[in-house]
Amino acid sequence: MQSSTLFILIVVLSLVSFYTGRGRAQQARNSTRLLALPAHYGYMTAIWSALPAIVLLLAWLAMEPGYLNNRIIASLPASIADQPSETLHLYVNNVLLAVGKGGVSDDPAIEAAAAVYMQAKSTSRMLLSALVVILSLSGILFAMTRYLTRQHARRRVEAVVRIALMLCSGVAIVTTVGIVLSVLFEALRFFDSVSIIDFVFGTSWSPQTAIRADQVGSSGSFGAVPLFVGTMLISAIAMLIAVPVGLLTAIYLSEYASRKFRSTAKPILEILAGIPTVVYGFFAALTVAPFIRQLGTSVGLDVASESALAAGIVMGVMIIPFVSSLSDDVINAVPQAMRDGSLALGATQSETIKQVIIPAALPGIVGGVLLAASRAIGETMIVVMAAGLSANMTVNPLEAVTTVTVQIVTLLTGDQEFDSPKTLAAFALGLMLFVTTLLLNVVALHIVRKYREQYE
Amino acid sequence: MNNTEIVKRGLARRYAREKRFRLYGRCAVFVGFIFLALLLLDIIVKAMPAFSVTEIRVEVDLDREHLGLPAEGPVTAEMLSGANFNGVIREGLRAAFPEATSRKQKKALYSLVSSGAWFTLSNQVADDPDLIGQQKSLWFRADDDVDTYYKLARRTSRIDDLQAEYIDALDNMDLIRTGFNTALFTNSDSREPEQAGIRGAVLGSFWTLLVTLIVSLPVGVAAAIYLEEFAPQNRLTDFIEININNLAAVPSIVFGLLGLAVFINFFGMPRSAPIVGGLVLSLMTLPTIIIASRASIKSVPPSIKEAALGIGASHMQVVFHHSLPLAMPGILTGSIIGMAQALGETAPLLMIGMVAFIVDVPGGIFDSATVLPVQIYLWSDSPERAFTALTAATILVLLGFLTAMNAIAIYLRRKFERRW
Repeated sequence: MQSSTLFILIVVLSLVSFYTGRGRAQQARNSTRLLALPAHYGYMTAIWSALPAIVLLLAWLAMEPGYLNNRIIASLPASIADQPSETLHLYVNNVLLAVGKGGVSDDPAIEAAAAVYMQAKSTSRMLLSALVVILSLSGILFAMTRYLTRQHARRRVEAVVRIALMLCSGVAIVTTVGIVLSVLFEALRFFDSVSIIDFVFGTSWSPQTAIRADQVGSSGSFGAVPLFVGTMLISAIAMLIAVPVGLLTAIYLSEYASRKFRSTAKPILEILAGIPTVVYGFFAALTVAPFIRQLGTSVGLDVASESALAAGIVMGVMIIPFVSSLSDDVINAVPQAMRDGSLALGATQSETIKQVIIPAALPGIVGGVLLAASRAIGETMIVVMAAGLSANMTVNPLEAVTTVTVQIVTLLTGDQEFDSPKTLAAFALGLMLFVTTLLLNVVALHIVRKYREQYE
Repeated sequence: MNNTEIVKRGLARRYAREKRFRLYGRCAVFVGFIFLALLLLDIIVKAMPAFSVTEIRVEVDLDREHLGLPAEGPVTAEMLSGANFNGVIREGLRAAFPEATSRKQKKALYSLVSSGAWFTLSNQVADDPDLIGQQKSLWFRADDDVDTYYKLARRTSRIDDLQAEYIDALDNMDLIRTGFNTALFTNSDSREPEQAGIRGAVLGSFWTLLVTLIVSLPVGVAAAIYLEEFAPQNRLTDFIEININNLAAVPSIVFGLLGLAVFINFFGMPRSAPIVGGLVLSLMTLPTIIIASRASIKSVPPSIKEAALGIGASHMQVVFHHSLPLAMPGILTGSIIGMAQALGETAPLLMIGMVAFIVDVPGGIFDSATVLPVQIYLWSDSPERAFTALTAATILVLLGFLTAMNAIAIYLRRKFERRW
């Protein structure tokens, strides 16, 4: 049976067991005193019926491909099975293709292997179906026993639900561990072929590895410093725009603006945060970059068509609402008493802001700026569309630079085998990116939390 | 001189400074406004040409002989796919311009209509086989360069003089017109801008978001319930919370790397499929949903929970019968906002191969697909000028979806918001 049919079967059988369990409990209610509501007995039998069957199904489906692969390899003649793993892998793929066509192939060895595969698969599926049906039926059988109504059904059901809830909240940990492991594992494989010193301190980035060994530039160089410089340059331009504008916006909206102006201006500015980054990328690449280039030409400057300035400016605009809403929060958290005290001493409003509120809110603002910086460093689409691909080591904003995220995208889109250093380099870059943003976030969240406690 | 005088002397300067500071603040707010206005205006202006399309009227003779079909008997689909529709359209064009006889003239003439026009005609005939044998006057899409030339009031250099002459002639004979570009919404991606549409991308986005919703909503709500109601105060709970906060700030592209390494390379799921994209996006959306759901569950007043506990409900019953239903509007609002973020997300989907050129409309979560933002990215890279307009139009469609989703979220919040 297909796995989806089996799944539907499990659902149907668990529904049946729910009604049987509940019905039994309702009957039993006439003679004995139940420990829970009839519905709880229904849930209990349903869980009893569905849970083991689903676990078995998932485990089986996870194991099956590996087992079937082994069967294919075992069935191949020794002359083929002794070949290196890549050729063998191709061969196995051919067998699978032949299976897709109904088991016919030009090569008799493949045809034989496909027959073995289909045989093994149908046996495996039959076994699985039988086991799943038996497990699912066990719920209904369980409901038929007298043992059922003596259970404390509500407690049992709630314990299962509680464990399910806990597992769901564990997904966050699993995701983090998954990110760390997947990125770290591939990065370590990359560092087998390229030394970590060369990667972190090397100043030349050209990841093209040649197809033939005797080709010019056959060994790609993976020095990531130009990427870091490019990332920092674009992020710095973005922060130069976003921090003053965002901070001043927050100050104006929370200290000066009328309630009415504030309630219209804030949602409008938040639209900027809701626009997808790919739209900013389009704007940067097709409007801002040509505009800056023209502007540069008209004053006699030579501006690259994919200048860091264009990407940086647009990224800055994207981060404005981020900075302003974070600063808004911390400015509002400054106690009113401090404002009143300063104003009562005769300070003007701007003096109060500059000399009392900003110093008081500074830790929180710094935290917000760090969060914004981490966002700028990890931003991908704007730079992919508007920044260049060539790894120039320059701090001139009018030249084209490339960034870590651009290189990850370039290395991983397009046709390539998965094990080449070129692909693995993307994971090493991802590791650097993850570690940098993680550090920035942890520090920023720590500062913000510390600051909040101060005024609570 | 006493203190009052000193203060008074500096007063004018201090007031001026105050005014200046206020002005800076106002400027900062308006810088934001101006950028937003420029962005939207630029996209709308760029998108305009994509909504209309230039069509040319051609007299086609769908004679069996002309089409290269057998003179008698029923026409099968196989015969149709081999039929010479291109020749019929070319004949029609030649009939309109009998003076075009040299190779060069003919070439200019043929390139007036889209190179995909025969496909449109073939589909029409397949839908209505009675057309065979008839003489019909039909509208065909013009080539994208002709389209740009005609729509932009003859200001483009990609048309040669000969073609310009023909277009003028067509205009005089009323054989050329501009209509609404329905292909934008009914076709999928194509190499020819005049044939390209976003139907595939819209459906791809739909399937991807469906997976995201099905995975992230139950898991997110369950996690929020556990953390808010059941989790003991211990290290593990703290660790979970730190993880959730950090995941919310991890760059999206890193999630793409996770999807590539785990879902595709480890579990062997299909590349470019909405199932993988949806799973990656659900991991990204989870923190948003968990944080919103927790806030919403927290805001249910303790009096309600205590009343339920007081009449004998178990803790789990209190949560599922009272807290959760009361928190539902807030949870839904948070989820819609999370979905809107997921709809606009591009970078992680590039990592898992949703950038392929896909012509077929995806019919399910295991088919190869692309999504709206990735379609935008792909088209913005294309050299043809007409693709720029298509990109901008797609952006407008995407922004329309996002606006609708956010409007629903705001409406829900307004309608169900309760202050206890």
